[in-house]
Amino acid sequence: MSGKLLKVDIHKKLKEFDLDVNFELKNGCLGILGPSGCGKSMTLKSIAGIVDPDSGIVSLATGKEHVYFDSDNKVNLKPQKRNVGYLFQNYALFPNMTVEENVGIGLQNNDEKVVSEMIRRFHLEGLEKRYPRQLSGGQQQRVALARIMAYGPDVILLDEPFSAMDTVLKEQLRREMANFLANFNGFSILVTHDRDEAFQFCDELIILDKGKIIAKGKTVDLFENPRKVEVARLTGCKNISKIEIVDDYHVKSLDWNVTFEVSEKVSSAISHIGIRAHDFYPAQKDDVNAVATADSTKLEMPFEWQISLANGLLWKLDKQMREHEFAIPEYLKVDPKNIILLEE
Amino acid sequence: MNDWSPILISMKTASLSILITFFVGLIVAWGIIKIKNDSIKIVLDGIFTLPIVLPPTVVGFFLLYIFGVRGPIGKFFIDFFATKIAFSWSATVIAAVVMSFPLMYRSARGAFEQVDSNLLDAGRTLGMSEWKIFWKVLFANALPGIISGGILAYARGLGEFGATAMLAGNIAGQTRTLPMAVYSEVAAGNMGTAFDYVIVIVFISFIAIFIMDYVSLRKEKQWR
Repeated sequence: MSGKLLKVDIHKKLKEFDLDVNFELKNGCLGILGPSGCGKSMTLKSIAGIVDPDSGIVSLATGKEHVYFDSDNKVNLKPQKRNVGYLFQNYALFPNMTVEENVGIGLQNNDEKVVSEMIRRFHLEGLEKRYPRQLSGGQQQRVALARIMAYGPDVILLDEPFSAMDTVLKEQLRREMANFLANFNGFSILVTHDRDEAFQFCDELIILDKGKIIAKGKTVDLFENPRKVEVARLTGCKNISKIEIVDDYHVKSLDWNVTFEVSEKVSSAISHIGIRAHDFYPAQKDDVNAVATADSTKLEMPFEWQISLANGLLWKLDKQMREHEFAIPEYLKVDPKNIILLEE
Repeated sequence: MNDWSPILISMKTASLSILITFFVGLIVAWGIIKIKNDSIKIVLDGIFTLPIVLPPTVVGFFLLYIFGVRGPIGKFFIDFFATKIAFSWSATVIAAVVMSFPLMYRSARGAFEQVDSNLLDAGRTLGMSEWKIFWKVLFANALPGIISGGILAYARGLGEFGATAMLAGNIAGQTRTLPMAVYSEVAAGNMGTAFDYVIVIVFISFIAIFIMDYVSLRKEKQWR
């Protein structure tokens, strides 16, 4: 569909920092990844109209242009007029209303047809008369989504939807959510501090730190080439070290005290390198980028060995459930092209 | 006991005053939590809470100052409606409302503040009007706390003595409420009649608490 565009450009002074976020979204799901307290939720609330930014623009074009907020022209639509669905972290279901009352509350004439359609679509049959407290976490999330969808929003905002859940439920709900988002024909924005969620749901990603966008782009690109230290850390890179440049293709890591060969010419702006924990392989002493493993410690996970080298490097290696013995090779190596060059 | 008028007067006064206190208390509590400026909030909260802290006679003194024949509001009513407020039945209602108001206001405010603000924001993003959000979300979820505030306010209004004595006096058949009647009978040495009135007060108070407790308990059970 052409002509669809969500434009967000907001500025707001907060206690700890200033929030400056701007992006445009043409379709699909945008992820906002950042540590807690970086302004992610504030951004979503500004789009929904729950919080007023100090200045900027929030507008949505769906064939027709809807301006939600425009500080220059003194436009500030109430949240009621924005047609934006907001999935709260705790779902914010009304505890005094049954499932069907919750689903129907946003409808002007409480259209029973829409309610029963949503009940069916989100597999809530038989739970219509229950109260939210009588539902499991997964059912609550489905009711919250049904309530949003009954209202027919143009944009769905998801605020850390899986943060307070046990692992088993989380995996199941992530699959449901992926399915749901794939079928949703509008914009969605997912806010999270979890890189797996960002990677799984979002085609495009914004990385937010202290209210500022530090990286923006296609999700896969940002994961493959984070460019910045903070981005590397947030996308899950476990080994990051300050470096000294030796020559065009060699850098010396100051934290691990090892010199590495890299595949790309090192520019003077590079201050750190990153190595993902899965990118190490057993090696011989004379191999390129070999690292000695003397005095390392290992930690066994169900499907993974985590080996901490004496100099602080972390190596992760997949394993079988039944496997419990593992001899750490004397040397590990990293392919020069897997060493990520980073700027501060 | 051959004079039933104190019972009737007290019932009328307590009923009308709880009606006023309940709704005004709710609206004021809602208004106060919406105020963003902290210093304004503290000052207003202080004013609305004052009657519970001050001795009732002091509150009565202020009320007499305002509603008395020469007070600003008292004079206004005499000039324009030719009605005297002080030492009339309406004075018992005013005294009961002012004295019971802080209990209602504070309970309602506490109960409102306990409601998750995300619920209100969820209501807004779902297109619910502010009025609908107030009743269906804020009020409904704060109901148990609001009801207990109502009980306290009702009991306070029913038992009001000091401010009533100052503003309404103790006129038999007009402003003599049950607590006044108990005092008068004891002062006159009629312990038996006083005892009858005491029994009535205890009975009414108990019924009120029972009804309201029952309602709030049932509501809470339903959601669990």
